[in-house]
Amino acid sequence: MRGWMGKLRAFFIFSALTLLLTGCGVDNLSALKPKGYGSDLLFDLMMISIAIMLFVFIIVMAIYTFVLIRYRQKKGQEDFIPKQTEGNKALEVIWTVIPIILLLVLAVPTVQATFDLADESTKGDEGVTTIEVTGNQYWWHFGYPDDEISTSQDLYIPTGERVYLDMKSSDVIHSFWVPSIAGKMDTNPGDNDNTMYLEAYEEGVYWGHCAELCGPSHSLMDFRVIAVSPEDYDQWKEDMQNVDPEATAEAQEGQELYENNCMGCHAIGDGAAGQGPNMTNFANRTKIAGVIEPSKENLMDWIVNPEQFKPGNQMPANLVSEDEASQIADYLLELDHSDVGASASEAEVEEE
Amino acid sequence: MSTALAQNRGLGAMIWDYLTTVDHKKIAHLYLVAGGFFFLIGGLEAMLIRIQLMKPDNDFISAGLYNEMITMHGTTMIFLAAMPLIFALMNAVVPLQIGARDVAFPFLNSLGFWLFLFGGVILNVSWFTGGAPDAGWTNYAPLSTVSPGHGVDYYVMGLQISGAGTLIGGINFLVTIVNMRAPGMTYMRMPLFTWAVFVTSALILFAFPALTVGLFLMMFDRMFGSVFFDTAAGGNAIIWEHLFWIFGHPEVYILILPLFGAFSDIFSTFSKKRLFGYSAMVFATVLIGFLGFMVWAHHMFTVGMGPIANSIFAVATMAIAVPTGIKIFNWMFTMWGGNIKMTAAMLWSVAFIPSFTIGGMTGVMLAAAAADYQYHDTYFVVGHFHYVIVGGVVFGLFAALHYWWPKMFGKVLNEKLGKLAFWPFFIGFHLTFFIQHFLGLMGMPRRYWVFLEGQGLEAGNLISTIGAFLMAIGTVIFLVNVVYTSVKAKKVSGDPWDGRTLEWSIPSPPPHYNFTQTPLVRGLDPLWVEKSEGKKGMTPAEPLGDIHMPNASILPFLISLGLFIAGFGFIYQVDNKAWLILVFLGMGLTLGSMLTRSLKDDLGHHIHKEELEKDLEKGAGE
Repeated sequence: MRGWMGKLRAFFIFSALTLLLTGCGVDNLSALKPKGYGSDLLFDLMMISIAIMLFVFIIVMAIYTFVLIRYRQKKGQEDFIPKQTEGNKALEVIWTVIPIILLLVLAVPTVQATFDLADESTKGDEGVTTIEVTGNQYWWHFGYPDDEISTSQDLYIPTGERVYLDMKSSDVIHSFWVPSIAGKMDTNPGDNDNTMYLEAYEEGVYWGHCAELCGPSHSLMDFRVIAVSPEDYDQWKEDMQNVDPEATAEAQEGQELYENNCMGCHAIGDGAAGQGPNMTNFANRTKIAGVIEPSKENLMDWIVNPEQFKPGNQMPANLVSEDEASQIADYLLELDHSDVGASASEAEVEEE
Repeated sequence: MSTALAQNRGLGAMIWDYLTTVDHKKIAHLYLVAGGFFFLIGGLEAMLIRIQLMKPDNDFISAGLYNEMITMHGTTMIFLAAMPLIFALMNAVVPLQIGARDVAFPFLNSLGFWLFLFGGVILNVSWFTGGAPDAGWTNYAPLSTVSPGHGVDYYVMGLQISGAGTLIGGINFLVTIVNMRAPGMTYMRMPLFTWAVFVTSALILFAFPALTVGLFLMMFDRMFGSVFFDTAAGGNAIIWEHLFWIFGHPEVYILILPLFGAFSDIFSTFSKKRLFGYSAMVFATVLIGFLGFMVWAHHMFTVGMGPIANSIFAVATMAIAVPTGIKIFNWMFTMWGGNIKMTAAMLWSVAFIPSFTIGGMTGVMLAAAAADYQYHDTYFVVGHFHYVIVGGVVFGLFAALHYWWPKMFGKVLNEKLGKLAFWPFFIGFHLTFFIQHFLGLMGMPRRYWVFLEGQGLEAGNLISTIGAFLMAIGTVIFLVNVVYTSVKAKKVSGDPWDGRTLEWSIPSPPPHYNFTQTPLVRGLDPLWVEKSEGKKGMTPAEPLGDIHMPNASILPFLISLGLFIAGFGFIYQVDNKAWLILVFLGMGLTLGSMLTRSLKDDLGHHIHKEELEKDLEKGAGE
């Protein structure tokens, strides 16, 4: 009977906690509002551990409060010498064994989840997407080697299926984190490459952060994960494979300037991570450089003086004049090759 | 030379006295002042960090300066504030608790202090020479190896020199506790503080060499063109993380264990009860120290070590919660049935229990490897380690300083001001750090120079900053208390708290030979044993006789000064080989001083029986 009551109480604590904590943070950013397989699994693990810890904490606080009220020195008792107790074997055993049991209860789901998230059994199977993620100071390169697509900053994935990420870094250690979909994983330089998987439940634009100190603009190395339905994803891939980088008449000069000044670092089309972000679908991106609101004016400011937005980034200032920047911006803003995901991005902008 | 004599001879003599002293009590003063000074600098850096994060997109300090600030805050607080303040307590208390006249190697004790101080000064000089280290206190490669300027070089040299000081100190206390205990002071009669220092010293002995090795590799990479951490040339950056955390994890136990010991003594004294479950407490301390070496990789769950390694380190980490829990319960049962006197020292200790328990709980949460994929490198972690380090170490330092202040300086810190300092600090502490757990889970990584608007992080960060200001107010009140006490308070007797352990059986502050006659220890809490039999003090274990004491020496200062000078030579020879002159000069001074020490016999001096009798008449031996 008591065991049953205990379970019920634990259940109540558990659900109350869940309700309380899911109120925290912004949609598509907070780890407390899980929207993917990994974050969901980890949220449950988190709740189990909080429930166990709260149970312990309540017991400690009950004893603590009682002791402090009951045994605090009272007036006139200054000289009272209490009994010099040496200890109590039974009590020692109790507060050794019960924590061990509680920790075992926590250890089992922990080990399960750890192995679950490291599972790579379907990697490389027919129809399973594997994306190459490369961290760079301070931007992200995303390569789709099977589909010959390269892009930066916005990572497109299909919903409802596992997408594997092969992760490395081209310079210092970074850490790839999309809290509302999955936990984080470091991107290391050299041969220490990592693999993790993402599985988003629903369509949306999810915030991603760099979580390992990587230099002055560490806090500005944001990116987005754009999850779209599998059909839209196929459409996006097709759009990206058939990119026509030729400018319209108005942006001809911009394209020339781009090819002369920018192309050395910023590729358009498929290719390995270069010196700077790939620009293939630049005009579709949710932000300029991961953090700046997209507008022509902001883009011009960024091109002329990137340092004022992202201190310590590699792009030189004043490479082009303001007029030239304006023409380049005109060209870049034409690089919108796919409508996929646009509706989701707009919805998110309104929400903010 | 006694302090009173030195004061009569003026300031110059007093400075010379402190530069040359090998007396553990004076070295404790040095550690206290230096550690306290760095604590204030580290606190100031923390305030600047919190002001920067007061509102979204703030530009109070620049991104580069911000990274220097977080790096120096962490490095300063751990290596230059917490460690020396703990060494201050160790020096002030351990020889007295075991009935010794000094530590085993008084010369090395002084050397340890000066190495630490010069290392700390090197680190902070970087602020004025073109930029402090900026790769985080963890200094991960390759960010640190490619960091421009000399900031990281200062980190390497500063920590190498001060780390050597810590290592020397640790060895010294190991030997002291093994060899110098008074007759009858068996291991299982040692006060818990001494036990904790013993275990901590063992941890220092095994943990610091890992840091030393890591720093040497880093030094060679940055200054002499090696490629240990350069992946492009076949090196491996992850090695640094392992070396750093093999040191770094035991380091957190090095910080907390001595304060666990202090809390044990304080709970026992102010509850007027012997420590509940003494042998379990000793066992738990040793076990925590042992397990502390098995868990370093829990700082690296997201590095990609694979599920097997992650699981092993997760379960090992969880295991540490068991001995820690044993301690929490034993402290509460020490108070159970006691006569609790709520002094300022007790107030800090009592506040420690729930604060540290929260830190321990989040520690277990972090140990769940998979869940750590969400917590890692976010403000959740920042919240967690401040709960254990502030809620454990800093609360412990305040408690211990209130408790042992009369033993160190002969005056009781003002109780009213002590409690007045406690409340803003305690409330501010919870305001600052509790909310940070949530900020982390809401998607705020740590070491973020700015957070963006519209991410739901504004309120939490503002609350955190307000809390930080309250903590600053508490600290200032404590400083006021120190000044007020030294000016206004009256001298107290040797035993103001109705103490239980040996240090309370001698005058406050003790004569520089500590015990006129070595005491005979007849049980746990030796002074209490005598008191409960109606005696006033300890029974001597030896007749009154001449006491052999070590001589003061300037050599430890000179050895450290030499390394300090050489440090700058190493840092700047990268730019211009002419700087190698400093290396030769500095190393010459160091090695020359060491040679002098080796060749010149220094047999110490004797304090004669007649002088001791005179001191006794003046009331020194009551």
